[in-house]
Amino acid sequence: MPKLSYLKALNRALGDELERDPTVFVLGEDIRAAASNVTAGLFARFGPDRVLDTPLSEQAFTNFATGAALAGMRPVIEFQIPSLLFLVFEQIANQAHKFSLMTGGQCKVPVTYVVPGSGSRTGWAGQHSDHPYTLFAHVGVKTVVPATPADAYGLLISAIRDDDPVVFFAPSGALGVRDDVDFSTLAPVPLGVGRVVRGGDDVTVVALGHLVQDALAAADELAGLGISVEVFDPRTVYPLDVEGLAASAAKTRRLVVIDDSNRTSGFAAEILAIAAERFDLDAPPRRVTRPDGAVLPFALALDRAVQPGRDQLVTAIHAVLEEQ
Amino acid sequence: MNLYRTVRLIRRFEERAVEFVRSGEIVGGIHPYIGQEAIAAGVCAPLTDTDVITSTHRGHGHVLARGADPARLLAELMGRETGLNKGRGGSMHAADFGLGILGANAIVGAAGSIATGAAWAHRRLGRDTVAATFFGDGAMNEGMLLEAFNLAALWQVPVIFVCENNGYATTMPVASAVAGSITARAEAFGIPAVTVDGQDPEKVLEATTVAVERARSGQGPTFLECTTYRFDAHHTFEHRARLTYRSTEEISAGRSRDPVEIQGARLAAEDRAVVDAEVEALLDAAAVIALGSAHPDPAAALEFLYASPEVLR
Ligand SMILES: Cc1ncc(C[n+]2csc(CCOP(=O)(O)OP(=O)(O)O)c2C)c(N)n1
Ligand SMILES: [Mg+2]
Repeated sequence: MPKLSYLKALNRALGDELERDPTVFVLGEDIRAAASNVTAGLFARFGPDRVLDTPLSEQAFTNFATGAALAGMRPVIEFQIPSLLFLVFEQIANQAHKFSLMTGGQCKVPVTYVVPGSGSRTGWAGQHSDHPYTLFAHVGVKTVVPATPADAYGLLISAIRDDDPVVFFAPSGALGVRDDVDFSTLAPVPLGVGRVVRGGDDVTVVALGHLVQDALAAADELAGLGISVEVFDPRTVYPLDVEGLAASAAKTRRLVVIDDSNRTSGFAAEILAIAAERFDLDAPPRRVTRPDGAVLPFALALDRAVQPGRDQLVTAIHAVLEEQ
Repeated sequence: MNLYRTVRLIRRFEERAVEFVRSGEIVGGIHPYIGQEAIAAGVCAPLTDTDVITSTHRGHGHVLARGADPARLLAELMGRETGLNKGRGGSMHAADFGLGILGANAIVGAAGSIATGAAWAHRRLGRDTVAATFFGDGAMNEGMLLEAFNLAALWQVPVIFVCENNGYATTMPVASAVAGSITARAEAFGIPAVTVDGQDPEKVLEATTVAVERARSGQGPTFLECTTYRFDAHHTFEHRARLTYRSTEEISAGRSRDPVEIQGARLAAEDRAVVDAEVEALLDAAAVIALGSAHPDPAAALEFLYASPEVLR
């Protein structure tokens, strides 16, 4: 079977949607030259009206996309670095997100915000290493963090076709993932539907994006000790697949979340709150996260120390299994 | 002589840093300043000890020209405890508050308003501090910077806006990105603006001297557009990526006006050789110090997160 990389899956999804729907267009910085490779070949294929290279004017071009969406187009913005979402938080959270309700449903804002290379980029330090998906979930903007090439393809298609703003995070730790993929099976993946990546009986591990690989590796490691780990990938952070998660938790009755966001009010905090409200567990659930207020330090060992990792996950799994 | 020493020091520091990126001692790469050295040298020369600067993602030159210890800058790029930021900041955040370096900033266009606030506050506190803030042509399209021009002009803030126009924001040519003229944007706010040959350290120094006098005597901000050319990649990742946005002819034409040569030609050959040798010795020693410095302890990964000690989870 042919290999498909995560990065190539993004490229393919964009190309397919540009081809299929003439109202789709892409805008962003250095996308003509395809500095990130996400838009490789698209300028040559679709020309300057569909692939717009923008000046460094993020706040303006994010609202510009909202305006274009109000006029009937489906813009896709590529953001070069995750921290730029802080710069355009106003334009997404306070503008794009609010138009539908504030106008009494007179309009829709189908903009997709793609962030290739979210999270630590190894050596890019404090202002380039955030992974702010929880923030968008918190304000209620649809938010996806796919883990695999097929999901990246399918969720990007769905995000573009969705009639609301959707933030699409492609973690830098996942961009290089390559899977065997039968291209004829590539299909839209619905927003808000999670996936059991690996079945198991003893404990459910919830993981997103690049951390799914860590969860699978931890599951492999623990299988050797006779521990059966189920890995649940929600794929969409908001709206969350609560039913899918509930089904898994009902089976294993133990829960650990690994989450590359800060601890306070993070995605893991939300999962634990849902568990407290709704799930019947045999042990208190645990979470592995970035520490509170984390700013990623530059030095590599410090950067790694602040990120949730496999070892902490294994420790947390042992802990929930030992507790009664 | 001093200007030559500065441009030469920056050039050789950057060339060595690129090598350290290749060898893996510097993780994450750098944005080399090679080709633009005259601007940092010319702008920082007329500043005094109490003045302040802000820098950019392409900031090593500014930091060195302001007098930072090359060993500590190199150690920072290598993420060592002896680094300017104790290894916490890296290439894009180098800061030395003791020298008035308020930090390099990795967000394009963000630092101009920080420098404006700092300059305003120093004046309010009764000091005669001047701020110089560096940014690229790409930053001219960031609203935040244009808003800073307005505040600075409105409140007569002693700040010098230094636009390093190297023709590109990553792959985006300035002609495709900036409508109208760069200097006209500053002039629209009533800020005097001049275009300077950014390859010639003396020209930059001359223009900056005028700007510093204006700022210090309470006449407010000045805008300097320094035309220049980036000799190397936008970022060292480009050494591996196949990006073709500049022709080889253009690159060699751009490189033909080399600030190190322009300033070097003003020195007697033997004087130049003395400076060159001194710079090499300094950088040899810097490499020994940086490479020999300890890595920070991962247990202290979030040390300094808050100015006041806090309990972290
Ligand atoms: C607000 C913001 N947008 C985008 C980026 C990504 N980025 C880093 S440097 C750069 C180009 C900057 O161009 P310019 O201001 O001309 O400076 P130069 O790199 O040419 O020195 C871009 C787009 C960023 N760091 N910050
Ligand atoms: Mg530039």
